[in-house]
Amino acid sequence: MFDAVIRNLPYLMGGFGVTLELTSCALSGGIILGMLVGLGRISRVKWIYYPVTVYVNFVRNMPLILVIFWFYFVMPILVGRPLNPFVSSVIAFIIFEATYFGEIFRAGYQSISRDLINASFSTGMTYSQTARYILIPIAFKRMLPSLITQSIVTFQDTSLAFVIGLQEFVRRTSIVDNLEFRSIELFSFVAIIFFIFCFIGSKISLHFEEKGRRTGVL
Amino acid sequence: MIEINNISKWFGDFKVLTDIKEVVERGQTVVICGPSGSGKSTLLRCVNGLEPYQKGEIIVDGISLSDPKTNLYNLRQKIGMVFQRFELYPHLPVLRNISLAPMKVLKKSKKEAEKKAKELLDRVGIPEKADEYPANLSGGQQQRVAIARSLAMEPDYMMFDEPTSALDPEMINEVLEVMIDLAKEGMTMLVVTHEMGFAREVANEIIFMDEGKIVERGSDEEFFTNPKSERTKAFLSQILV
Amino acid sequence: MGFAYDFDWGVLWRQPYGIWLLQGIWLTLKIGFFGWIIAFFWGIIIGTLRVTPWRWLRFLATAYTEVFRNIPFLVQLFFWYYAGPMIFGEHLGRQINHIMGLNYYVAIFALGIYTASRVAEHMRAGFASIGRDQYQAVLSTGMNQYQMYRYVIIPYALRIIMPPLTTEFLTIFKNSSIAMTIGVAEITFMSYRIDAITFHGLEATTGAMFIYLVLGLTIVWVMSIVESKFKIPGMIGR
Repeated sequence: MFDAVIRNLPYLMGGFGVTLELTSCALSGGIILGMLVGLGRISRVKWIYYPVTVYVNFVRNMPLILVIFWFYFVMPILVGRPLNPFVSSVIAFIIFEATYFGEIFRAGYQSISRDLINASFSTGMTYSQTARYILIPIAFKRMLPSLITQSIVTFQDTSLAFVIGLQEFVRRTSIVDNLEFRSIELFSFVAIIFFIFCFIGSKISLHFEEKGRRTGVL
Repeated sequence: MIEINNISKWFGDFKVLTDIKEVVERGQTVVICGPSGSGKSTLLRCVNGLEPYQKGEIIVDGISLSDPKTNLYNLRQKIGMVFQRFELYPHLPVLRNISLAPMKVLKKSKKEAEKKAKELLDRVGIPEKADEYPANLSGGQQQRVAIARSLAMEPDYMMFDEPTSALDPEMINEVLEVMIDLAKEGMTMLVVTHEMGFAREVANEIIFMDEGKIVERGSDEEFFTNPKSERTKAFLSQILV
Repeated sequence: MGFAYDFDWGVLWRQPYGIWLLQGIWLTLKIGFFGWIIAFFWGIIIGTLRVTPWRWLRFLATAYTEVFRNIPFLVQLFFWYYAGPMIFGEHLGRQINHIMGLNYYVAIFALGIYTASRVAEHMRAGFASIGRDQYQAVLSTGMNQYQMYRYVIIPYALRIIMPPLTTEFLTIFKNSSIAMTIGVAEITFMSYRIDAITFHGLEATTGAMFIYLVLGLTIVWVMSIVESKFKIPGMIGR
């Protein structure tokens, strides 16, 4: 029954490898940019706050597919030559996902009450000492569950790079489907693989949420 | 000694403190009371440089806070502060909450800092909680840890911002007892509180603030038995049952 | 460096491209709207099932939510569109494949049952935030579980979760763009089509972006009016 899947397994799993690659690039870039975006969103400097806020609110109104297309069209013009789908997808994902990660970081930064920082200052600690031993560890522990959840979303979103021809997992599955016509097996297979990874990921996120609640950090 | 010379502070257009003048001599305990929004907490935060002020001067042991050469971080080692919501570091065990600043700021060794921390925990009555996380302690216990944390820096002055307001009634006394012991041992204290029993027992001077101004001040007996202004009388009648 | 590119913003309103975009907007609105109808009502049912006292109903509802949340929507869409007809067997499957506008109906269906799982999650949060005492108060007036949920708890929870529901409503319109992968001629599809003919994809997709922006802002504005009409007096506003 599942022989269509088994026959094409190497090809399909190669696509999954591309998916994982895309996810890790998107996550690294998205999280780092997200940290900055979060800082920008709590900045009191007007010429930082307003551009960042406009950027975040604009991008969050956009469907991801459209953003992927847009970068696919824009990048060759900016760079002067056609870009391969992987690179243009990575850029699109980083710019897109950074807005979502940015909001998570913003909430994390803001969850530290002013007085907690004041309490640290009142014992004579400097700003950088407070940031290092208090601010950052607490904010990170609080944000970890959401960061994991959003990473799972990014992982699922990579399937949309399909539309610019990237040879990732879903595209390869549909290519095989066009040859084999065993649609039920093939698409169930993709679904199951995604399900397993995302389900495990969500349980990990829950674990950290529980842990945070237990130690009173959340 | 702490000299507060005609401090005025604005938040935008809103004047939060007007011409506050006060001197806190060494060994004295000064209690500040008043309705919420009167600026009491803001005043405390001006004294250790957590909040800036626009007019006037605060001088601590001869060092002016408005002098640009003043290192506020160093100054804060001399002034401990205890907050209404305790503000313990939730991700660190109690012992580390207390020993963190001595290790990082005073550069004490881990052994030294933890020894001192254990002594302080003993002094505030909860030596057995050293390895617990703040979330597992009651409010009264957490506040006592907060006091120990401030004391670990061996400050010359201690400020308290409504230390018992967030506590359930049965825990208020355990914290007040620690504070009373401190005052009796000669610590210079500036305390914002509604606990008039505490004020009666250890305060050398009581100040009543309203709408950013000092309305009345007096030594503790004359304050309670003979309040001069109408507003003071009204306030006292509300909080003294 | 110089841009070796001729901008042609006219592709946005020259005929027939302008008409295409308008048709795309209409289709986006239809898919989003009908998808939401399914998502809303089905989501309330699933969300309620998740908190009923019967263990196997709860399990089914939880399993439903977990399955739909852990699989990318694109995969779900492909499954229903390509594999779905085959479920009915070879013969019937082939006939279904020949239905006109199949992709449109599948898109609405897939979008609806996917978004329903998200609505269900929000419902669960809404139920959880209603204090236990409220449930006990209703039961002590003699109502049974069904009546309690139908007349008190569900309407109450819906009002509590209005802000996240608004976000889901916005999201469903964004997700409608994924239907382009099965050929549904909505906004994103049309902008891609304009590029295919004119090679001015940048202008087309930029124009599409602003269309989505206007759509999003309009929805937020409409929903804020709806929210204010349904707001519970005395509850802390957003």
